[in-house]
Amino acid sequence: MKIVVCVKQVPDTAGGVKFNPDGTLDRGAMLTIMNPDDKAGLEAALRLKDQYGAEVTVVTMGLPKAEEVLREAMAMGADKGVLVTDRVLGGADTWATSTTLAGAIRNLEYDLIITGRQAIDGDTAQVGPQISEHLDIPVISYAQDIKIEGDSVVVERQYEDRYHVVKAKMPCLITALSELNEPRYMTPGGIFDAYKQEITVWGRADLKDVDDANLGLKGSPTKIAKASDKVRKGAGEKVSLDPDESVSYIVDKLKVKHVI
Amino acid sequence: MDFTLSKEHEMARALFKEFAEKEVKPLAQEVDETEVFPRETVEKMAKLGFLGIPVPKEYGGQGCDPLTYAMCVEELSKVCGTTGVIVSAHTSLCCDPIMTYGTEEQKQKYLVPLAKGEKLGAFGLTEPGAGTDAQGQQTKAVLDGEEWVLNGSKCFITNGKEADVYVIFAITGTVEKRGRLQKEISAFIVEKGTPGFTFGTKEKKMGIRGSSTYELIFTDCRIPKENLLGQQGKGFNIAMHTLDGGRIGIASQALGLAEGALDNTIAYVKERKQFGRAIGAFQNTQFQLADMATKVEAAQLLVYKAAMAKATQKVYSVEAAKAKLYAAEVAMEVTTKAVQLHGGYGYIREYDVERMMRDAKITEIYEGTSEVQRMVISGALLK
Amino acid sequence: MNLEEYKGVYVFAQQVDNEISSIAFELLGKAKDLAKDLNTDVTAVLLGSGVKALADQLAEYGADKVIVVDDPELKDYRTEPYAHALSSVINQYKPEIMLVGATAIGRDLGPRVSARVATGLTADCTVLEIGDFPLQAVPGQEQLHNQLLMTRPAFGGNTIATIACPYNRPQMATVRAGVMQKIDPIKGAKANVEEFNPGFTPDNKYVEILDIVKSVAETVDIMDAKILVSGGRGVGSPENFKILEDLAEVLGGTVSCSRAVVDSGWKPKDLQVGQTGKTVRPNVYFAIGISGAIQHVAGMEESDIIVAINKDADAPIFDVADYGVVGDLNKIVPKLTEALKAEIAAAKA
Repeated sequence: MKIVVCVKQVPDTAGGVKFNPDGTLDRGAMLTIMNPDDKAGLEAALRLKDQYGAEVTVVTMGLPKAEEVLREAMAMGADKGVLVTDRVLGGADTWATSTTLAGAIRNLEYDLIITGRQAIDGDTAQVGPQISEHLDIPVISYAQDIKIEGDSVVVERQYEDRYHVVKAKMPCLITALSELNEPRYMTPGGIFDAYKQEITVWGRADLKDVDDANLGLKGSPTKIAKASDKVRKGAGEKVSLDPDESVSYIVDKLKVKHVI
Repeated sequence: MDFTLSKEHEMARALFKEFAEKEVKPLAQEVDETEVFPRETVEKMAKLGFLGIPVPKEYGGQGCDPLTYAMCVEELSKVCGTTGVIVSAHTSLCCDPIMTYGTEEQKQKYLVPLAKGEKLGAFGLTEPGAGTDAQGQQTKAVLDGEEWVLNGSKCFITNGKEADVYVIFAITGTVEKRGRLQKEISAFIVEKGTPGFTFGTKEKKMGIRGSSTYELIFTDCRIPKENLLGQQGKGFNIAMHTLDGGRIGIASQALGLAEGALDNTIAYVKERKQFGRAIGAFQNTQFQLADMATKVEAAQLLVYKAAMAKATQKVYSVEAAKAKLYAAEVAMEVTTKAVQLHGGYGYIREYDVERMMRDAKITEIYEGTSEVQRMVISGALLK
Repeated sequence: MNLEEYKGVYVFAQQVDNEISSIAFELLGKAKDLAKDLNTDVTAVLLGSGVKALADQLAEYGADKVIVVDDPELKDYRTEPYAHALSSVINQYKPEIMLVGATAIGRDLGPRVSARVATGLTADCTVLEIGDFPLQAVPGQEQLHNQLLMTRPAFGGNTIATIACPYNRPQMATVRAGVMQKIDPIKGAKANVEEFNPGFTPDNKYVEILDIVKSVAETVDIMDAKILVSGGRGVGSPENFKILEDLAEVLGGTVSCSRAVVDSGWKPKDLQVGQTGKTVRPNVYFAIGISGAIQHVAGMEESDIIVAINKDADAPIFDVADYGVVGDLNKIVPKLTEALKAEIAAAKA
């Protein structure tokens, strides 16, 4: 079995968001990590490899620095790494990103593609399903359990109040939830081995069956009109009222903030 | 000269750090409080290869360099001094001498399971009457047919009751050296469960309280002849060379404790307010932190240099002694200052710096006191 | 793509077990505002099996028109038949705006459909409005009017971006549940109901549902809770935590506490927030009877909204609270619970 796992290098928002003195995000000061949902997807692939035997290829799109997440994936046990990087691919929205990744994956053999549900920087959850559409294969999002049965996958697909047990013929794309598993650690020796291996680097010219019009910033249908960093808050309001007024005060604030 | 770590080393550090934060830190307080050996943590580390980092892959290890190993002990010790010393004693004091002096059979039989973490190692040199003075040994080994018969005891043994494989030193005769009769010391590999090998009292310690520190007792303990480690009579050299490596491990532990205390203190002084200001806004605090950080970095450079020396040099006694001397003294100084900067909170067990200060003290004592390190360093200067 | 051909604001009217999800009504409420600004009407797209009867409800919540795709293939949600149905509707009817709920269904359906009809999709929007793109006129670039401006948080809520989809249609967005306001239903309102069936030909993309397992609620880890009602020593006794538990229940939240409470043996350690407890970042954090020692604040200051109730006006908790109320928690909290109960009941009705 051949499994392709898509991973993204993201700023570690959970590990402490850093701010510039003016209240904007200091992206340079933030550490980067492998996106948690993607890591769960990789772990799922590695478990399938342990259980059924598989070749696991990790694909990432990003700056040359994104090579680090491929090394990390290989230190965890992935077999091959593909870095898709090219200036013309920069500024891509989910449409252009999924087009790019699909163009890269067309060069690879696969029975299963696993992506994370969503990345912690964008939180869109779109790239996985969009890749499946570009490749014209079934998608099962929000997987909380994955099994292989012959030429099919059987997946527990999570919804808000239930899950479906879904069966799909491979090739198929699955998006993984970080709740799916507890990803393994790298091993020290695995790290040194990972750096000895070759990583495949692909640029625009290596993408298969994609149109320039659908790539990068220019090929992104969505455009950013405005972006601002949320300013860090200090002390807010303080009121001293009688109990009934206090209650209405809190209720009003919760309404304004759409809590209720 | 390049002081930047390779990408591999950076990633290895990130791994150790993540493991330490997630798996070790949550237990550190409890391990100290209850004095219970963190068996589950050791099993987790075994699975990840942390117990065989510098051992070659063909012997079940990770095949990494001593620097990677030093960083592992450092990161573990940042959050838990106990866990740091468990790895250090196992790796430096048990795997390393078997790797260096063992026969191929001994390596296959003992080093492979040790490096894989299936077995835990310990080292028995110190005796009630012989700490630093290896010549004061009393434990004897007598060859009786195909077996060595051990009698005597060892004390303050790290991983004492928890280990499976022990490197033990004993007197096997006397030799004449420069006209004086000296004890001939040899090294042996002893397995737990060998008849005649029992444990004495468990030590109640000031710090590193979860590490299992026991007395080992040998009463007509018979071990196979082939468990002699290295040549007969070379035990003293084996012990000294092993301790050179061990000191790099302890220096890394000391470094980690100092770094952990510094990190905690930096976080604390940003939050703790006195007289309407964060205490980090006071110049006294700032200058203290500056000194602490400078010394910690100096200690790190010495520790890393010693680790690199172990990778490239045959003899690295002086590098190891300097690293251990300085890192241990910095650990004591920085943890003490950390407690001071935490004020009353620093003196209560809920705050990690209290434990770190207690843990730090031993680094000035075991595997050669600071005084012994000074002897090693000055001895080389005046040779 | 002739953008002018695309007209109307469309809403994917999500239903589960043939019951319309609340998000559909919320989207209709917003769609009505947008349609007004654009001088157009609101269409709900209802997909399912045996769902036609639900169209009237959509009308009551503001749909002028309901397109129903009713087919046995659409009985339970599966990506392919739903994506086929919705993209066929889009290709047939050419909406200028297509709104989908950012639910476990919508966040799967939305991207698949957007890729199929080759347009942009903005995820998890919290604000939708009609405006110009670019926002300010830029020399040499045509400023387009009547664009859908979609605002969404990113970076774990640390940044806010406003996105437009100026050159593709429809402009698609998924919208967070609970953010948009539904209208008061207009009883007896009727929509123009139109049935449409694009035809379904099962292929390998039609996955098979082997089982549907409805979940039972589990206890929530305070680190995962969206709403935390946290009590300190000021609550006074373990018994008195009942009033906090009542408040938490009304809001679907969880009770947590300060170190003092754990030390007093009132609550178990796993509910403790703070430096030596857990670090939490819920949407709303109620700090009730908590003075706000730095050790506590370190564990909760990144909460989106902090509401503090404390009788000591100088308590440091007020330095981090968004909304601080100085007063007696025993008087305020039970009343607050009742008031919220009434508000929520009214909102549901």
